[in-house]
Amino acid sequence: MPENPAGERIAVAMSGGVDSSTVAALLAGQGHEIVGMTMQLWNQRRLPELIPEGAAAGSGRCCSLDDVYDARRVAEQIGIPYYVVNFERQFEEHVVKPFVDEYLAGRTPIPCTLCNNYIKFDRFLEMSDSVGARQMATGHYARIRYDDVSGRYQLLRAVDPSKDQTYFLFGLTQEQLARTLFPLGGMTKPEVRELARSMGLAVASKGDSQEICFVPNGDYAAFMTAYLKETGIEPEQTRGSIVTSDGRTLGEHQGVHHFTVGQRRGLGIATGEPLYVIATDPLSQRVTVGGNHQLLRSRFFAHDVNWISISGVSEAVRAAVKIRNKHEGASAMLHPAGPLEGQSGGRVEVVFDEPQRAVTPGQGAVFYDGDLVLGGGWIE
Amino acid sequence: MQRFYFDHNATTPVAPEILEVMVSCLGQVYGNASSIHYFGQCAKQRLEAARRQLATLIHSTPTELIFTSGGTEANNMAVLGAVRSADARERHVITSAIEHPAVLSPCAQLEKEGVAVTRLRVGASGVLNPDDVRRALRPETVLVSVMHANNELGTVQPIAEIAAITREAGVLLHVDGVQALGKIPVDVAALGVDLYSMSGHKLYAPKGVGALYVKRGARMAPILFGGHHERDRRPGTENVPGIAAFGAAAELAMRTLAADGERLENLRDRLESAVLNRIPGTGINGSKWGRTPNTSNLYFDGVDGEALVISLDLRGFAVSTGAACSSGALTPSHVLTAIGLSSDRARASMRFSLGRSNTAEQVDALVDALEVSMAHLRRISTHA
Repeated sequence: MPENPAGERIAVAMSGGVDSSTVAALLAGQGHEIVGMTMQLWNQRRLPELIPEGAAAGSGRCCSLDDVYDARRVAEQIGIPYYVVNFERQFEEHVVKPFVDEYLAGRTPIPCTLCNNYIKFDRFLEMSDSVGARQMATGHYARIRYDDVSGRYQLLRAVDPSKDQTYFLFGLTQEQLARTLFPLGGMTKPEVRELARSMGLAVASKGDSQEICFVPNGDYAAFMTAYLKETGIEPEQTRGSIVTSDGRTLGEHQGVHHFTVGQRRGLGIATGEPLYVIATDPLSQRVTVGGNHQLLRSRFFAHDVNWISISGVSEAVRAAVKIRNKHEGASAMLHPAGPLEGQSGGRVEVVFDEPQRAVTPGQGAVFYDGDLVLGGGWIE
Repeated sequence: MQRFYFDHNATTPVAPEILEVMVSCLGQVYGNASSIHYFGQCAKQRLEAARRQLATLIHSTPTELIFTSGGTEANNMAVLGAVRSADARERHVITSAIEHPAVLSPCAQLEKEGVAVTRLRVGASGVLNPDDVRRALRPETVLVSVMHANNELGTVQPIAEIAAITREAGVLLHVDGVQALGKIPVDVAALGVDLYSMSGHKLYAPKGVGALYVKRGARMAPILFGGHHERDRRPGTENVPGIAAFGAAAELAMRTLAADGERLENLRDRLESAVLNRIPGTGINGSKWGRTPNTSNLYFDGVDGEALVISLDLRGFAVSTGAACSSGALTPSHVLTAIGLSSDRARASMRFSLGRSNTAEQVDALVDALEVSMAHLRRISTHA
């Protein structure tokens, strides 16, 4: 953990949930001067068709007035200045629009990583600076430490494997890591709740937040439809064919953005053996399906690789590679590869020891050496 | 930390002499002003005394004043009440793009009910051109609603000229006077307005009390139903302590308005010349002339106004960027974009509104803090 003398001002990103509330209370209790800020990222009154009947607009969802209320209450309780900062414009530009574009391009995006790269550890860090806080803290479950030998800040998995969020943090730069505190990385979730309770925080037993904050009930296809309608973006062609890898047409679909690699449900096709989405092609609007075995792949390329604990690879390196958040991680070799045209970031070819199921374009590939995050990139 | 308040257009602290009136009323004058007995009569006396005090301040007769719960209710009552009292099949309202939401939102509601609404644009000065009002008039126009002084810029609108036009056309004129009362002289008779909205907490009375001036004979449909209070125009048991405080505030304004205005204008000019001289990339939004004496809206190019407000607050200075939304976050001001500011410059703008407690020393300290914060923010943004 970078040195941080007591009394230095720290900005805490407060969502109103138990994790970030605990961070604020913990740091304030250690004698730091804390400024709490909640990022207003998405207007929950937009896209009213997504609000379930009878529910208040945006209640119980990210950036809702309820969450701001909770964060404000915690700030009042621990006696720190508190502000709501509005990043709606930047969030739409850097997270929501790319999320929609990726699906339309037949890929499966991870908006949380984009939000971390462009909003939380960029815009929020800049706002922290503005209010005189050199460092920021969040409730992420991950650890940061400075390595004297390499002279680099390292990112490590959280102590609680079920809460580890390093998969979403592979884009962090050395400068961002140097200025960030993750006080919960060494604790388990039950320990955090216990700590919150012991400090008397009103949010101690509040439920965990959902995966994609701006998509109600995880129904991303409904979100896409509503967002495209509101913004007047016409997906060029939505309908297309569902085909098998040997070219047989099995049926019609309403647009590639409704499908993600590995998906089984919602194909609308009755066959003897279970069918899965193997690939989506936005150009031909084709969704290719097949048996589970056809989902297995042993190699892929990752682009825009960001190296964290090491400065890069010049020869093949062994790593455990995670290809989605819930993936266990599989042993692989990382081979340096030449950059693609039009891309600045580094590129590697990942070759698994054993083929892995559903390597999905648009998702992140994160490289680990034990608990250490070597780096990560985007699956091509 | 010492804290200084430069946000008097948002609200003012209750003046000590007004607080005394309010507290004595809360403690002792608890009767219902509609009751026949002694206790009711005491309350009624305080109510009517306050009505006379406010009438004196704005040169109306007491019977032309309706007390409300605040400026928002007065504006709603005026806009909705005036339009709904006109029984023509086609109705048209003229207002401006820089009105407060308490006027713009009832206008939008009327639009949903089939009323045509024209929102006049203003130029970079932030002042409406009376000729635009004349040109926008239609045979079916029933109401013109224009603010007296703009809450964000302080610009004073040419109400007397507009009133001459509406009077000639036989159209009702409503003026939202919330940001003018207590800051500049208000004479509803000389201005020639039909309806005039006011709010207590902008002139050192508490929140929760306001008033609407309704010129004798002006048509008004009630928007609330439930009792015979305020001559059948605004039902609900009167907020006697609040109204008595509002009356005391009107009397205080009568005594202090001229001297306070001059003093605040000097402080405001001191603030502006110091900022414009010492901090590059700054300037005044809207007209420099013809503003309420306490209000200054300045841009600070290249910085995020939200960041500047927070860093000033952490140094003990309370200022404002624009209208705050429900969560307390900030969106660019519709007034600043209406006078032609780019969204970047609107986001880089700040409102300073001075009041009775502010001193030259406080203004100088504010400028020092602004200079330090600005240097810090500009250093960061060149890194980013």
